[in-house]
Amino acid sequence: MAIEVRIPTILRNYTDGAKIVEGSGATLAEVLADLETRYTGIHERIVDEAGLRRFVNVYLNDEDVRFLDGINTAVSDGDVVTVLPAVAGG
Amino acid sequence: MLTIRQDLIDAIVAHARADHPDEACGVIAGPDGSDSPTRFIPMVNAARSPTFYEFDSMDLLKLYREMDDNDEVPVVVYHSHTATEAYPSRTDVSYASEPQAHYVLVSTRETGTEDGPYEFRSYRIVDGVITEEEIKVV
Repeated sequence: MAIEVRIPTILRNYTDGAKIVEGSGATLAEVLADLETRYTGIHERIVDEAGLRRFVNVYLNDEDVRFLDGINTAVSDGDVVTVLPAVAGG
Repeated sequence: MLTIRQDLIDAIVAHARADHPDEACGVIAGPDGSDSPTRFIPMVNAARSPTFYEFDSMDLLKLYREMDDNDEVPVVVYHSHTATEAYPSRTDVSYASEPQAHYVLVSTRETGTEDGPYEFRSYRIVDGVITEEEIKVV
């Protein structure tokens, strides 16, 4: 199943500059694991032991996956996953 | 160096004063590759805090989609400090994720919501390293 994943500027050094890549899997966790097989290092920039990193927002289509099932959110063919670093500070 | 119009500086300062004592935040978008800030986009500080700011996650998605559709990038990412100097905090550095952006800090600690002198400074923050830069007003 093809899932379009939109990569933020700061992570494009893992994707040879690509803004959009394709992944596969039945859940967000599987898609991210699949990306790691081709774009080594990208996974740990998005995920830590606890799940999605606090300062990274991941959206499935128009929804923040934190309000769905987080990293276990189900995805299906044609879905768009968008990764955006939080814009935040003190 | 950050090259920026005076009316955009005034807009940032006005936003910072309006939200004082909470931190104000936002973006000035500009055409991709231009390094020229043109479109002022004040954002809501979802943290509504005097010591922290964060763009609301849905506002963030909407903002990046809009910029994408317009071939824009966040040329300036700004926020205010309301009790300390206009210099990036450790938290600012740890969250900084736009290596191409000019991080603008404005401090309202002297005058709060009132008119008067203000601090307005610009930085690059790349790989945890802060570099202050000159500001050229056009």
